[in-house]
Amino acid sequence: MAKYTRITIDPITRLEGHGKIEVFLDDAGNVEQAYLQIPELRGFEKFCEGRPAEEMPQITSRICGVCPEAHHLASTKALDAVWHVEPPSAAKKLRELFYNAHMLHSHIAHFYALAAPDFVVGPGADKKDRNILGVIAKVGLETGQEVIKHRSYAQKIQAMIGGKATHPSCGLPGGLSKPITEEEREKIESMALSLVDFAEVSLQIFNDVVLKNKDYVDLILSDTYSLNPYSMGMVDNNNHVNFYDGMMRITDPEGKEFVKFSAGEYNKHFAEHVEPWSYLKFPYLKNVGWKGLVDGIESGLVWVGPLGRLNAADGMATARANKAYQEMYSTLGGKPGKATLAHHWARLVELMYAAERLLELSQDPEITSTEVRAIPTETPTEGIGIVEAPRGTLMHHYVTDERGMIRKANLVVASAHGYGAMNISVDKAAKGLIKGGQVDEAAKNMIEMAFRAYDPCFGCSTHTLPGKLPLVIRVYDKTGKKLMDLEW
Amino acid sequence: MANKLKLAIYWAAACGGCDVAILDTDEKILNIAEAADIVLWPIAMDFKYEDLYKMEPGSIDVCLYNGAVRTSEQEELARALRDRSNVMVAFGACASWGGIPGLANLVTREEIFNTVYKETVTTINEDDIRPATNYQGSHGELHLPKIYDRVWSLDQVVDVDYYVPGCPPTPETIWTAVEAIVTGNLPPKGSVIGGTKSLCDTCEREKTEKKITQFKRPFEIIADPKKCLLEQGLVCCGPVTRDGCGHRCTNNNMPCRGCYGPSEKVNDQGARLLNAIASIMDVKDEKSAAELAATWEDPAGTAYRFGLPKSLIFDYKKGGK
Repeated sequence: MAKYTRITIDPITRLEGHGKIEVFLDDAGNVEQAYLQIPELRGFEKFCEGRPAEEMPQITSRICGVCPEAHHLASTKALDAVWHVEPPSAAKKLRELFYNAHMLHSHIAHFYALAAPDFVVGPGADKKDRNILGVIAKVGLETGQEVIKHRSYAQKIQAMIGGKATHPSCGLPGGLSKPITEEEREKIESMALSLVDFAEVSLQIFNDVVLKNKDYVDLILSDTYSLNPYSMGMVDNNNHVNFYDGMMRITDPEGKEFVKFSAGEYNKHFAEHVEPWSYLKFPYLKNVGWKGLVDGIESGLVWVGPLGRLNAADGMATARANKAYQEMYSTLGGKPGKATLAHHWARLVELMYAAERLLELSQDPEITSTEVRAIPTETPTEGIGIVEAPRGTLMHHYVTDERGMIRKANLVVASAHGYGAMNISVDKAAKGLIKGGQVDEAAKNMIEMAFRAYDPCFGCSTHTLPGKLPLVIRVYDKTGKKLMDLEW
Repeated sequence: MANKLKLAIYWAAACGGCDVAILDTDEKILNIAEAADIVLWPIAMDFKYEDLYKMEPGSIDVCLYNGAVRTSEQEELARALRDRSNVMVAFGACASWGGIPGLANLVTREEIFNTVYKETVTTINEDDIRPATNYQGSHGELHLPKIYDRVWSLDQVVDVDYYVPGCPPTPETIWTAVEAIVTGNLPPKGSVIGGTKSLCDTCEREKTEKKITQFKRPFEIIADPKKCLLEQGLVCCGPVTRDGCGHRCTNNNMPCRGCYGPSEKVNDQGARLLNAIASIMDVKDEKSAAELAATWEDPAGTAYRFGLPKSLIFDYKKGGK
């Protein structure tokens, strides 16, 4: 058997969670195959068994500290379904407001801290500078402080409703643990106004730094960074993007609607494949099938996240975001967008939508209503909850006993949905960038840029939870005589 | 610049929330960057393991290690960082006591693998393929770290100097720790940098020494926002949990789940909670006690929500007894 040399990038960086890239070269030093491996598994799906279902929003948020609200609300929506309870209208609006604030935090953090170093500082810059501090050095402290301030606004809004921004405690079947006051609403509204302006500034920065640089535009549109999979996202009645609620819509690689379905039908459409070289499974479209790591209409791999969502929708529900949406597709040469790196652009279009939607909801007369809880009255059974996590579609599925204790949990997370496509993107980038065994630091980072566009969260992907621990309290009187054993 | 601190931030079996919590110090993050050169921080910086392995022992001033230890890779990194760091900080609940990933100690690795790679409704795996630590692929051998049979806290694997509690730690807690480190004004080794009282001691909810007559679950009632949650029948970990968290959950009208770890005089947080709850149950005899106890669902998963690996039955050094 031929001997291959390999290039290892370990760990991959500027992402959430763990991963490494292995690139195998042939005798001529060209790339045979590149693998994106996930070296961890925590096992949430198993250790959730036996837990009270209402604890799941707080337990599963610990799958990911970067998108805890996504898990918290997918879980809370699954609990609505488990207990067959409809939250009051104000609770749904307040959840959506909370959730749009979350999207703002995550998208700001990703664009400025994780992605921007590749464009603002440069893909081949010294790695000491290729980070948020290097970005601030380039764009100036004032802009840096605006970034910090607006991400902080998004965190503060989430903390008002969730108790804390990272790992909130507000979600309950049938609603939320508490309403917001008029004073809080006013603060949210004023922060939302500022966030809309900040989103505009962010789109402008993208325009000035990336789109006005021909090298970057060529890079974005190059074959090395393009892919042709299916696309998925949640849409409202007008087929516009919604992050919190709606139908799931999938479009094919030519942009035609492939299927539209509601959360409860999820497992009719998706299956997960296991490979021996990674702890992370590969979700794919069940009705297309697992064809390996290839893209195109014959393969069941799907793009999720910003570009997947925008490809799968017909537009954005708010004015400024919709304008940015149209501009993006006109530069990309129409729909569906196939440029992997355009995920960054799509993320900023979504940043604008989240800010505008946050503002709309903060001005909704119902938003301060104290009617934010419906107490469940029916016997709990089974439920599925879906939200659009910042990184893509997130599904929580629980089966409980009649007391509402978890018997089975299944979690199909955003970055897992994108994992197959990410592997192809990394492989294509490696093949395009490594020739004749020549590879420098810049090329290695540009291979990483292929996965970074997806903003993957391998914390999320390595979830999976477990059981029971018999406890006995032995009660003694003060003379030391045993009174009873209390079994728990 | 030679005087700048060398700081490493690493994540193991974690969620990234501790890293986000560092960002949540907001503009102070710029002060941290001014005071320290960050030599490893995978979420935000591009330094690789090879850069770390080139560093000499003692060349890192402080390592903030978040996440529990669940894989061989996480153990290797814990050892490599310990060897090179003068001060090793267990940062957050997972590194300190195992955290929520520590609930995995209720089951075995094989049970987890069977559920994940075989049983869940969306998994299709007719050939029963399992991820392998060494896999001979068509292009060469691929390696994955070994997943251990249990979750370890950081101090069960390497020597730890300080603990920063919380899931995640608050920006205030983090800033207190950073100031102590930057000024060199460090507390005795082994200290937990957080409050010194229990959450109950500093909780402003009204307490009336009422006994529990019935356990309630959070979805069953709209809790009175002024009264003690425990006295309303909601199991709350406040009596045995360290304060310093800002009462973020109880102020949100939800009970404490113990993420700041055991309070100063508490050794086993879960056992102490069981003890505390048992002592306020309104019962007369063994029969009524057993009946009431049976209505508290999942005491193990609640009392040990963040600290199962550091409970008495799991607390021993890796490789020891």
